[in-house]
Amino acid sequence: MSTLHNLSTRHPVGTIVILALVVGFAWLIFAPWPPGLEQVMGRKRVFLNAIFSGVTLGALYFLVASGFTLVFGLMRNVNLAHGSLYLLGGYIGYGVVDATGYWLLAFPVVFVVVGAVGLLLQHQVFRRMEGEELRQTLVTIGISIVLADLMLWYWGGQSYQVLSPQWLSGPITLPFVTGVRPNGQAVYLSYPLVRIAILFAAIVIGLAMWFVLNRSKLGMLIRAGVDDRDILAASGVRIQYVFLAVFAFGAGLAGIAGIIGGTFQSLSPGEDTRFLLASLVVVIVGGMGSIPGAALGAVIIGLAEQIGLVYAPTYSVVFTFLIMAVVLAFRPQGLLGGRR
Amino acid sequence: MADVLPTVAPRKSLLALERIPAPVWVLGLLLLAMPAFASNFVLFQIFGWSFILGMIALSLMVLAGYGGMVSLIQMTVAALAGYVVAILGTSGVTQISLGWPWWLYIPLAILIAAVFGTLVGALAVRTEGIYTIMITLAIAAAFFYFTRQNYGIFNGYTGFNNVIPPAWFGVDWRQAVPFYYMTLACAVLSYLAVLWMSRTPFGLALQGVRDNPRRMAALGFSVTAHRIVAYTFASVIAAVGGILLVWQNAQVTPGTAGIPQVIDILVIAVVGGLKRPIGPFIGALIYAILSVFASDILHAIGMSGERFKLVVGLGFLAVVGFSPDGVLGLWDKYQARREANRDPLLGGGR
Repeated sequence: MSTLHNLSTRHPVGTIVILALVVGFAWLIFAPWPPGLEQVMGRKRVFLNAIFSGVTLGALYFLVASGFTLVFGLMRNVNLAHGSLYLLGGYIGYGVVDATGYWLLAFPVVFVVVGAVGLLLQHQVFRRMEGEELRQTLVTIGISIVLADLMLWYWGGQSYQVLSPQWLSGPITLPFVTGVRPNGQAVYLSYPLVRIAILFAAIVIGLAMWFVLNRSKLGMLIRAGVDDRDILAASGVRIQYVFLAVFAFGAGLAGIAGIIGGTFQSLSPGEDTRFLLASLVVVIVGGMGSIPGAALGAVIIGLAEQIGLVYAPTYSVVFTFLIMAVVLAFRPQGLLGGRR
Repeated sequence: MADVLPTVAPRKSLLALERIPAPVWVLGLLLLAMPAFASNFVLFQIFGWSFILGMIALSLMVLAGYGGMVSLIQMTVAALAGYVVAILGTSGVTQISLGWPWWLYIPLAILIAAVFGTLVGALAVRTEGIYTIMITLAIAAAFFYFTRQNYGIFNGYTGFNNVIPPAWFGVDWRQAVPFYYMTLACAVLSYLAVLWMSRTPFGLALQGVRDNPRRMAALGFSVTAHRIVAYTFASVIAAVGGILLVWQNAQVTPGTAGIPQVIDILVIAVVGGLKRPIGPFIGALIYAILSVFASDILHAIGMSGERFKLVVGLGFLAVVGFSPDGVLGLWDKYQARREANRDPLLGGGR
C-alpha cells in the first residue's frame, strides 16, 4: 500500500490518468454500450469476448511463464527448453486422458513426470555447469532441439486435442451485459465454462505460489536465493536442494500448462517454440525473476494478442512486439523487475 | 573494403606475402581449384551453402567473440536483406516487386538490413549476457510471425520466388561454378574484413569492452556506442550473406528466418568455435555436409532419415558439453600440445 501512496504523491497527474483509464475500461466492460460507440468499436459482445479470451490466454501464459521466471530468478538459468517441457506435459496429459478418461487424473501424473524430467535436467546437466550462464543456455537450446525431435518421432506431426470432461463442457452465462433487446431485456455474455475454470485455476495457483513464496520457510529460502545466492549458500543452506525443488516445480507447472493448453487449444510440433517465446516476452515485459511481474506481463500480452486479433488481425504480433520494445526502451528490467 | 588486403598482408610488398603461412596458401589454392575436381552438386549445395551460412554465422561470431554479445538476430537481418532484394528487385511476385536496377537495390538492401540490425542492437545492448539472447530471439520471432501475416509488403506465407542474381558480364550466376566463386569471394572478403576490424582501434576497443566494460568506460570509451557499431558491422556481413542465400534458393519465405533457422546459426557458430573468424565457416561446412548426407548416414545405421535434427541436437550438446570452444577448441588443444605460443590470429609466429 505504501508504494501506491508514494506513487500518488509523487506523480499526481499520472495517477489521475491511470485511474481515469481504469474507470473508463470498467465502464466499457460493465455498462451497455450506446449505439454511437457500437458504430465505432463494433458489437460489445465481440469486445467482451476478446477481453475474456485475452485474460484466459494470459492465465495460460502465466502458468508457463511463472516456472520460467522462477528458475531464471533463482538460478540465472534461461531454460530455453521450457517450451519443450510444456509440449511434453501436453502430450503425456493427452495420453493419460485418452487411456483412463479422467481429465483431472492427468494433472498429478503430468506434474510428477515432467517434474521428474526437470529434476533430472537440473541434477545431471545444469548442476555440472553452474555459474556458466551462456553454456547453460546453449545446453538448453540443444536439449530443446533433441526433445522436439524425439517428440516428433513418438507423437508424429498431427495435432492433438485433450478432451475436456463432461462437467466442464458447454457455455456459462456471465453477469456482463452485452446488449439490450428491443423489449428492454438485457442480454448477458455466455462464455465456455472450461475457460473460466482455467482462469480460476491459474488465479488459485498464482495465489498459492505467492503464499508459498512469501509465507513459508521454503519461500523465504527461495527469495533469499533470488536476492543473493552466494550468501545464502554461505549461511549453510543446502542450496542444491532448493534449486532441485524449484526446477522440478517450474517444470511440473509447465507440464500442467501443457494439459490446459492442449484442452482449449491444441498440441502439435511448433507449439513448444510458441510458448517458449510467449514466456520470453511475458518475462521480459513483466520483469525477470518476478512472479507478480509474470502475472502482469501475461495478462498484458494475452490481452494485446486477443484484442489485436479482433481489431487488427494482420498486426497482432506487432502489438506484442511493440509492447516489448517500449518496455525495453524505458524500463529494461521489466515492469515489476528489480534493478540488478 | 578495398584497403582490406594490404592491412592483412602488411605493406612490405614481397615480405608480406612471405608472412602468410604455408597452410593458408594450400587452403587458398585448394579452394580456388575446387571446381576442377568437385561435382556441381558439391560446389553449389555444400560449398556455396556453407560459405553463405558461414558468413551469417561469422556476423554472430563478431558479436559474440569480439563483443561478448550472443545475438540471435543475425539470420533475421540476413532474411530482411533478402526480402528487400526481392521487393525492390525482380521476383515471381510481379504485383509487389518493383523491378529496380541491381546497383540500386543491392546497396539499399544492405543499408536497410544494417539499419534494422543497428536498431535491434540498440535495444539489445540495454541488457547484458543471457538477456540479450532472450530479447534477440523474441525480436526474431516477431519478424517471423510478422512476415508470415503481412501480405502487403512481405507477401505472407508464400514469400517471394524466382529471385535470381542479375546477369553481370552475361554470366548466369546461379550455375554451380560461377556461384561457387561468387560466394567464395564474398566469404573471403568478409573474413578478411572481420580480421581487419579486429585489429583496428575500434576492434581492439570492442574486445576491451567485452573483457571489462567498466574499465573501458573509465578510460573514456563509450561502451554502448562500441556495442551498437559492432551490431552495424555484423549486420552488413549478415546482409550480404542473406542476399546470396536468397539467390541460391531463388526464393525467400518467412521460413528463411524461422526459429529453427535462427537457432541453427547459433549452433553453427558454437560448433565451429566463437574465438576466431574461421570457426563459423568450419561449423557451416560441418552443418552443410551433415544436413545433405545425414539421411544416408542414418539409413546406413538403420534409422529413419528424418532424424537429422536429433543428430544435430546431440552433436551440439556434445560440443557444448565437452569442448565449449567448438571444433576450433579441439584444434587449439592439439596445437598447444605440438608447439608453444603461436598466435593464429596474427598468422606467423612472433
